Amino acid sequence: MTENTSKNIKFTCRDVRVSYSGKEAVKGIDIEIADRSVTAFIGPSGCGKSSFLRVFNRMNDTIPGCAVTGDIRMDGEDIYAPGLDPVLLRARVGMVFQKPNPFPKSIYDNVAYGPRIHGLAESKADLDEIVHNSLKRAGLWDEVKDRLKDSGTGLSGGQQQRLVIARAIAVSPEVILMDEPASALDPIATAKLEVLIEELKEKFCIVIVTHSMAQAARISQKTAFFHMGDLVEYDETDQIFTNPAELRTQDYIMGRTG
Amino acid sequence: MANQPSIHAGVRALARLKKRRRSEAIFRAFGIAAIVFAMCALAWLLGSIIGTGYKAFYQHSLTLEVELTESILAPNGSRDPDTLRRANYRRIMQEAMFTRFPDIEGLSSADQRAAKRQNFDIMSTSGGPNYIRQMVFKDPAMVGQTITVRIPTSDIVDQYLKGNLNVDVPEVQRKISDRQIAWVKTLRQSGEIKAGFNKRLLFSTDSRDPELAGIASSFVGSLMTMFVTFLLAFPVGVGAAIWLDEFAPKNKAVDFIEININNLAAVPSIVFGLLGLAVLLNWAGMPRSAPIVGGIVLALRTFPTIIIATRSALRAVPPSIRDGALSVGASHVQAVFHHKLPMAAPGILTGSIIGMAQALGETAPLLMIGMVAFLTEIPSSLTEPATALPVQIYLWSDSAEQAWSERTSAAIIILLMVLVTMNGIAIWLRSRLEKRW
Repeated sequence: MTENTSKNIKFTCRDVRVSYSGKEAVKGIDIEIADRSVTAFIGPSGCGKSSFLRVFNRMNDTIPGCAVTGDIRMDGEDIYAPGLDPVLLRARVGMVFQKPNPFPKSIYDNVAYGPRIHGLAESKADLDEIVHNSLKRAGLWDEVKDRLKDSGTGLSGGQQQRLVIARAIAVSPEVILMDEPASALDPIATAKLEVLIEELKEKFCIVIVTHSMAQAARISQKTAFFHMGDLVEYDETDQIFTNPAELRTQDYIMGRTG
Repeated sequence: MANQPSIHAGVRALARLKKRRRSEAIFRAFGIAAIVFAMCALAWLLGSIIGTGYKAFYQHSLTLEVELTESILAPNGSRDPDTLRRANYRRIMQEAMFTRFPDIEGLSSADQRAAKRQNFDIMSTSGGPNYIRQMVFKDPAMVGQTITVRIPTSDIVDQYLKGNLNVDVPEVQRKISDRQIAWVKTLRQSGEIKAGFNKRLLFSTDSRDPELAGIASSFVGSLMTMFVTFLLAFPVGVGAAIWLDEFAPKNKAVDFIEININNLAAVPSIVFGLLGLAVLLNWAGMPRSAPIVGGIVLALRTFPTIIIATRSALRAVPPSIRDGALSVGASHVQAVFHHKLPMAAPGILTGSIIGMAQALGETAPLLMIGMVAFLTEIPSSLTEPATALPVQIYLWSDSAEQAWSERTSAAIIILLMVLVTMNGIAIWLRSRLEKRW
């Protein structure tokens, strides 16, 4: 899977640290993340990969006692600069969570929510088109086109997760962060989701945290292995899974630790 | 393996199991006993209130022919309102009763006086003349005519007919004389005295005479007070809860505020009444007995309840919803108002309605600020003297006569029906608005 990943760098991180009430969970990470590709974060529970993922859309800001230091740049722009509004950052960096969390509103309103609050649609027809396109790109349109007025919470888990992706896409972000998006899904729904991720990487920079190494191997171009808050190894996915440089990586991948 | 007996088989295991089952059975029996006790207490309470109170919902009235004698009402032939207002309607009614029972004429003169008085006492002695006065005042052309009216009987006759008076004691010990009993029996047989629904209880204002008293003024007073309470307590309570839960910094000062709000919910309500008396009446000079003051005092009493209910409703909303909203670029305020608040609405409304129901039942703080007025008129503004339903109940319960005690129970029934309705609305709103997530 060593296809020509774009050389464009989306995120550059230098010495990023995340601490919760003084306890450090991410201990000084340097990483570069490529645009229009899938980057997977793997590692045992509590290794800091989810905490690190939330650095990119400043979701950590909402957790009391959480502090982020270091230099994180998106397209060369410091996303922790004092003048930068995290609300606008989150419009550019969407996120999908472990547990599908559609709003208890209709399918249509779920997708339309982002465009509405950002004022992206000029008219009802505009909004309809955004909803249509987003659901289509999330691979959900054919399943829900006749029941857009039904509640989003009435969908199956896999459909809900794709609805949440449609909701994220609807605000035209540049990046989609995914925090173990398939961990609550069955294998069939997971397979659908992976096909979707494969398609989405043509347009978006995707960073995914996953517990499934097979999944990381299937869908990602680059993989980062985290352990105890450190970035142990970061390389082409093929490289990580066939010939890891670090013993800790190897042990984890082979199932000897973790 | 086979010859090693399991630790979960055998005599000792059975003994352990038996012990466990016994303690479960005891626990269940206690639970059932507690429920039975509670249900019995409730049934006894409702039974005694309804058993006394239902009688106040019907009342006996007397149909009587009344001659509006011109020589009594307007001796000089004038029809001006002042003369008509001051005319002797009592005399008119006495004459009407006397005309109905002319036998009194045959009694000795001393006896005749007593008989005439007792005869007149069959009807509501202030209600009857008043009724005629209003009629004549409205249509002065009636003077000189003979009309047929229906007026309430006195409370004593009403009680006698409801079977609440013991007539087996000597005449001097009862409130109704043998003569009156004979008259009432005659009137009852002829159909001149009939029982009917007691509209006065619902639509009349308070009165010194139980047969004329109603809850209208106190009910309106309660509504006005609740209106003020809701207007103050609901927005302030919900707003404070949102701020505390979502936007307050986590520090000692906010913790202190939180503890005090919880303590405020446990402060005896009379303390709020004292506060209202000291601050609102004496210091701020607001009008005594007014619904606006009562409303403010009850709002203070209610708003900790609303804050606590709102906070627990907000906390019950899964954090993933807020995360979802934030992740598409909603601001914190948008996440709260677009998502958390609508999802918490059923809980907030339920808590608020229950808080309002508690406020509706409050008596003590209203006594402190003087909402114990005796009112013969329905208050028409928030600054006029008013009273409230529970205070009305308190006042009525203070009167000894049987007629008052049945009206006290009837007013309690009405108050309970309002409370049950409010709680019913709360339940309905909850099931209607609640969404699964």
